[in-house]
Amino acid sequence: MNNEKALAEEVVSFSGTNPRNCMKCGKCSATCPTFEEMDLHPHEFVSYLASGRIEKLLQSKTIYKCLSCFACVERCPRGVEPSRLIEAVRDSVVGQKGADYLSPDRIPERLDPDLPQQAITAAFRKYKK
Amino acid sequence: MQRIGVFVCWCGSNIAATVDVDRVVEAVKTDPNVVHAENYQYMCSEAGQKLIRDAITEHQLTGIVVCSCSPRMHEQTFRKTAEAAGLNQYMVEIANIREQCSWIHKDKDEGTEKAIILARAAIAKVCLNAPLQPGQSKVVKRALIIGGGIAGIQSAIDIADAGYKVDIVERTPTIGGKMAQLDKTFPTLDCASCIVTPKMVECAQHPNITIYAYSEVEEVKGFVGNFNVKIRKKARYVDETKCTGCAVCTEKCPSRKGRNEFNCGLDTRGAVYIPFAQAIPNVATIDATNCLHFKTGKCGICAKNCSANAIDFEQKDEIFEEQYGAIVVATGYQISDVTKFDEYQYTKHPDVVTSLELERLMNAAGPSKGVLVKPSDGKHPHDIVFIQCVGSRDISGRGKCYCSKICCMYTAKHAMLIREKYPDVNVHVFYIDVRTPGKNFDEFYRRAVEQYNVDYIKGMVGKVYENEKGGLTVQAVDLISNERVMLDTDMVVLAAAIEPSDGVKHIASMLTASIDTNNFLTEAHPKLRPVESPTAGVFLSGVCQGPKDIPETVSQAGAAAVKVVGLLAKDYLVTNPCTAHTDETMCNGCSSCERVCPYGAISYIDKEVMDKGVREVRRIAQVNGALCQGCGACTVACPSGAMDLKGFSNKQIMAEVDAICK
Repeated sequence: MNNEKALAEEVVSFSGTNPRNCMKCGKCSATCPTFEEMDLHPHEFVSYLASGRIEKLLQSKTIYKCLSCFACVERCPRGVEPSRLIEAVRDSVVGQKGADYLSPDRIPERLDPDLPQQAITAAFRKYKK
Repeated sequence: MQRIGVFVCWCGSNIAATVDVDRVVEAVKTDPNVVHAENYQYMCSEAGQKLIRDAITEHQLTGIVVCSCSPRMHEQTFRKTAEAAGLNQYMVEIANIREQCSWIHKDKDEGTEKAIILARAAIAKVCLNAPLQPGQSKVVKRALIIGGGIAGIQSAIDIADAGYKVDIVERTPTIGGKMAQLDKTFPTLDCASCIVTPKMVECAQHPNITIYAYSEVEEVKGFVGNFNVKIRKKARYVDETKCTGCAVCTEKCPSRKGRNEFNCGLDTRGAVYIPFAQAIPNVATIDATNCLHFKTGKCGICAKNCSANAIDFEQKDEIFEEQYGAIVVATGYQISDVTKFDEYQYTKHPDVVTSLELERLMNAAGPSKGVLVKPSDGKHPHDIVFIQCVGSRDISGRGKCYCSKICCMYTAKHAMLIREKYPDVNVHVFYIDVRTPGKNFDEFYRRAVEQYNVDYIKGMVGKVYENEKGGLTVQAVDLISNERVMLDTDMVVLAAAIEPSDGVKHIASMLTASIDTNNFLTEAHPKLRPVESPTAGVFLSGVCQGPKDIPETVSQAGAAAVKVVGLLAKDYLVTNPCTAHTDETMCNGCSSCERVCPYGAISYIDKEVMDKGVREVRRIAQVNGALCQGCGACTVACPSGAMDLKGFSNKQIMAEVDAICK
């Protein structure tokens, strides 16, 4: 297996969602409020990762344009949750750059049960250079 | 001592590639009861069967074991083979060494070892088999159809034409079903009611058909050839024998708040109503929840105006019983709930409608008399957007995992009809895939694109919202150009998923017919027995079995009818002799078996029993052999081990387990 495919698979497993459930309806992009700011769109992220391609995604502006508003997660008929895939790619880029923003001992004991798991994992790496 | 013969089939390479058939033969020969064993390439072939017949005669076999495919495939074949050689057919056991062995093993040693174990278990069982004689039960020559849509109507006509009596039970006030609500039908664009109403009339006039409209099946007992069904005839508060269908009452009724079901609730009707002009039976029905007489005790205007004196506020539900030899389930479908898709504003904006609602908006008998108008203001629309697959192919939990099959075609139909009648209206269709398998189907869809300039855009709509002009804006992406699409439109039509009708679960459980996770009734075999339920005597017609269009429904309805006719043509059915029986000395009359019996085959009698020298009267379970289907539930439920199943006795099953564990 080549490196790109291996990395794509790792990022997909990290996302906790399966891009192969996608039926290519495009509803994620159709519903996305920042569609026009993106060079690669949510449906393209799903399609690229489903076929083991990630290089272009790592270079994409989209990972900084996604608002994590979860509209695509709410409305995807296949439960693919594209926003989590974008988040996973973003983590794999940003996560390599610096120290954690949030350290595990600072996670409050009781979490708001409605808080998306993504919000807490993202805080580990997202903001610090 | 039994004299058992064992016959090991290769099934070509299906078994022989993973199971060493020679080793199986050698291994079973060591069993003291086995006097003959051999293997052959295709045991089910004529030559293979001859091998078995000859061996039975030559070795005076008292029982045989065939190691082959699943008993569902060839048990009957080998039973007949044994019978032809003078052996009782219940002295045959099948060891399934294909589906449960060769097909699931890769390693030949493992496969062979398991095949030997399965063969030994079957030998242990057959040694305890006793010859059984099947009985006979009479067939009632009358069929019941549950559901009076096009599926039920077609099955009824076909069965009735073959000379048998048929009753249709329909829960709404009229037969006709969804097809009567449609405007035109694809791919020929003929008027739906022009082709369904003659069939409805045929049902009404047929000497062999009785229609019980506004009725429901209440209880089903019995078994194939002998179903005993309770039917509830709901009170219409109108005497059907007197009502002439003049509809004066429906015009005079002062309560106008009833939801007009026939028009999908797009307008209202009186509390006394006839669903549509060609309804059958053409009699009025009073809906008590909206009727002023039932609410206030006053009014009675309908009764005053009825020249036939047909209004009867005192009418009560009637329950009657009828016997049937066969039952056809034709309960059809309904539109699934689209209110969960709040991104499409169905509940918020009146100009967002489902496709079935659009049918009514375009139909001459609909709320707008066939003039297509916006439900919000009654004005002419200039742009209409169709959204495909709303709730279909959806595994997110909001919709149905399957393709509803009919939507691609009816949307192409709607688009064409609109463009034909109103060339000024722009029609856009947002699709994921256009699926048009069927005779003249793809040509039909292409005509919408090529001749009628319908704008097909690949991509599901993300959301619909009300814009500042009060109209609707559709936000989507054109996946071919990879560009955002923002479209202002006057109406949005949702191609909503279809699902089995409400109540089908209840009917399935009354019939002990199985349903799948989507509530579609399961067929006995998806390819070879597609119109039969696994429950004997229950047949499937139309969408209750899976999404299908009208031509397919009519074909399936005809196929179900042929199966029913094939059953009703017999005077007697052979009954399964593998039924339960009670050991009277062990039964303590606890009723556990009676409670679990799905066929109502167990009752209790007080009987004098001689047990260990004591004579006393005890309450004892008794099995009606004609009703018992041999499911074995009672044998498991019985706490004292008094219940046992012929052909599958507890002793036999323990012998199988012992053989496996040896």
